[in-house]
Amino acid sequence: MTTQRIKFYQTGTYTAGNRLLDDEARTVQSRLDRTNSLNSGHRACQGCGEALGARYAIDAAMKASHNRLIAVNATGCLEVFSSPYPESAWQIPWMHSLFGNAPAVASGVAAALRAKGHEHVKVVAQGGDGATVDIGFGCLSGMFERNDNVLYLCYDNEAYMNTGVQRSGATPPFARTNTTQAVGEAPGNLLGTGKNVPRIAMAHGIPYVATASVADLHDLEAKVTTAMGMNGARYIHIHVPCPLGWGSDPAHTLKVARMAVESGLFPLFEARSGAVVDRTRIRRKVPVERYLELQTRFQHLFKPQRDREAIAAIQAIADENIATYGLRESGSL
Amino acid sequence: MRVQIEGSQAVAEAVVLCRPEVIAAYPISPQTHIVERLSRMVKQGDVGRCQYLNVESEFGALSVLIGASAAGARTYTATTSQGLLFMTEAVYNAAGLGLPIVMTIANRAVGAPINIWNDHSDSMALRDAGWIQLYAETNQEAADLHIQAFRLAEELSCPVMVCMDGYILTHAYEPIDLPDQAGVDAFLPAFSPVQVLDPSDPISIGAMVGPEAFTEVKYLAHRQHLRALTLVPEIAGAFEQQFHRGSGGLYAAYRMTDADTAVIALGSVIGTIKDTVDELRDEGIAAGCLKIGCYRPFPATQLRTALEGVSRVIVVEKDLAVGIGGIVSVDVRMALNGSPIPVHTVIAGLGGRSISTESLKQMVRDARAERLSEPHFLDLNVRVVDEELARRYEQRRAGPLAEQLIRAVNAIGTKVI
Repeated sequence: MTTQRIKFYQTGTYTAGNRLLDDEARTVQSRLDRTNSLNSGHRACQGCGEALGARYAIDAAMKASHNRLIAVNATGCLEVFSSPYPESAWQIPWMHSLFGNAPAVASGVAAALRAKGHEHVKVVAQGGDGATVDIGFGCLSGMFERNDNVLYLCYDNEAYMNTGVQRSGATPPFARTNTTQAVGEAPGNLLGTGKNVPRIAMAHGIPYVATASVADLHDLEAKVTTAMGMNGARYIHIHVPCPLGWGSDPAHTLKVARMAVESGLFPLFEARSGAVVDRTRIRRKVPVERYLELQTRFQHLFKPQRDREAIAAIQAIADENIATYGLRESGSL
Repeated sequence: MRVQIEGSQAVAEAVVLCRPEVIAAYPISPQTHIVERLSRMVKQGDVGRCQYLNVESEFGALSVLIGASAAGARTYTATTSQGLLFMTEAVYNAAGLGLPIVMTIANRAVGAPINIWNDHSDSMALRDAGWIQLYAETNQEAADLHIQAFRLAEELSCPVMVCMDGYILTHAYEPIDLPDQAGVDAFLPAFSPVQVLDPSDPISIGAMVGPEAFTEVKYLAHRQHLRALTLVPEIAGAFEQQFHRGSGGLYAAYRMTDADTAVIALGSVIGTIKDTVDELRDEGIAAGCLKIGCYRPFPATQLRTALEGVSRVIVVEKDLAVGIGGIVSVDVRMALNGSPIPVHTVIAGLGGRSISTESLKQMVRDARAERLSEPHFLDLNVRVVDEELARRYEQRRAGPLAEQLIRAVNAIGTKVI
């Protein structure tokens, strides 16, 4: 029998294509037995990248743990839109304590499970970028360095969206937020600020760190599945566009996310014990403008006149990522 | 078993007898000896499968216990002072979620100026966070209260702070009667949580509650808290029956029958006050002492009854509510609402200042002669204060207040501790 190897892009979409795959290679989300851990009826905005990312991530974690999963959630959009009593959208044991302590609460759940001999039950913690890179950072670092048996999922939409779009430590340079407004000299968020938490997570030497994006949900599920197959502290940083905060069309959430990946601004990679072991190659590199122009938070870079210097600075960041992670190189690392 | 042991070690031993499953702690003096001993005992395998987590902050410590308790584990930590304030948000959260965590507070002053010695500013700052607060008079009581605290917390699904005076108790060696394991097992049943994170019965814990039900949730928490007013004496009674030793309870009266002056306090200073009462009685002054053992919930009705017949009440408190004065005395006044009995506030022992029987006797004499200022600061160095006030009046850029006061005190050569 002759076979033809089908690549995703040949199907005309980056997210469909399950029907062309072997059953085992299909997404968890395409299966009849998916758990719908984050059920429909929640209150996320139209086009919410975080709701999409969480749905795929937690369903994949449920499958990997044979439906024995406890989730801890930081305060934030995900917590607020999914949980108000009595309409919780969570079909799994789920707990919210505070904004800044989700990693520690998850460590506590894991410790209790070990004390009780229930190690077959797995623990995930999840939070937005504010909860992760800013207010919960101390607890996150503590959970990492103790190598507690927790998978932490950061849904990065690059600002405090739940409180109405304010700057976080994950807000990119030049982005307009309500606390980095597009006024005065150097409008938007300052170049040279912010932190790269996946790299900081790697510096802890924890077993697994990965970045993922809703642009590639297959890859997101695969990384969650990989992480769930391991023990110790694991971290996945997921890029999730926010139409409200980014000023993008809700219909363009995946497109915006894809432009971030394809431009090199959001590199997709995996690291084990502090070393990068794999990355997703960029097939067709796009200039950063293709990403920026989809979002009104960068509008001041194009109107009233083009800010060549700023766009060049953003392009330099993308190019540096491409060089650092070998995003345009063929073969394995 | 009676052993000569440090207060902290006795508390650690008592906690281990309660078979905790998760302990998380962050070091801060004077709590350290408790958690050091616990870490050793867990590592040695003396505490079953108990997990001991060295965490990155007190906020992390209590947060770990919030998760562990919600997952059905019996949990414990200890802290004090800045550490307690640093975990404030989690303190409220644990109570709001109804998680029966037990935490020792090795009572210590709160800065600035930084001060590691004893007073009650720390636990008083969080008196309204929804935790039950028990105060130990002696190390024996501190050890016993922990065993009672787990039973109380788990029966009510409400967290409990056991407060013991830093250094005065935590670092004092005394003969302590440690209960045996069989006795504690008989007294303290296994933890049976009212809510638990369990994949076979998924629930959401800690979701949002809007204005339509928030008042009712809080009201029921208040009702549940007040149940401790019945349970604390019940559990103290059961403890006495099991171990043949009185410990705990809402309050304790000393020579209060026929007393005209009642001195109210919490914690280890009660011992000094009892001595003072004895000496005053020898002078012919009818003084008595009332110890508050359970401060939250506040046993207002019980105290009102216990104070019937006295002519005046003096509340000696190791805390200060800046801008008003006392904290405990405000509650005592509320307990005596409508009664003509005057209540005096005496601020004493701040930042570890010794409270002497001489000063306390003078305080009672002054109160009886209606010479007590309101609030009265026991042993206040008036000369140093007046000099500093004068200096500050003359000089705008007067510099750090605390440093100037230390210089002034040293210049005068007064021994204040």
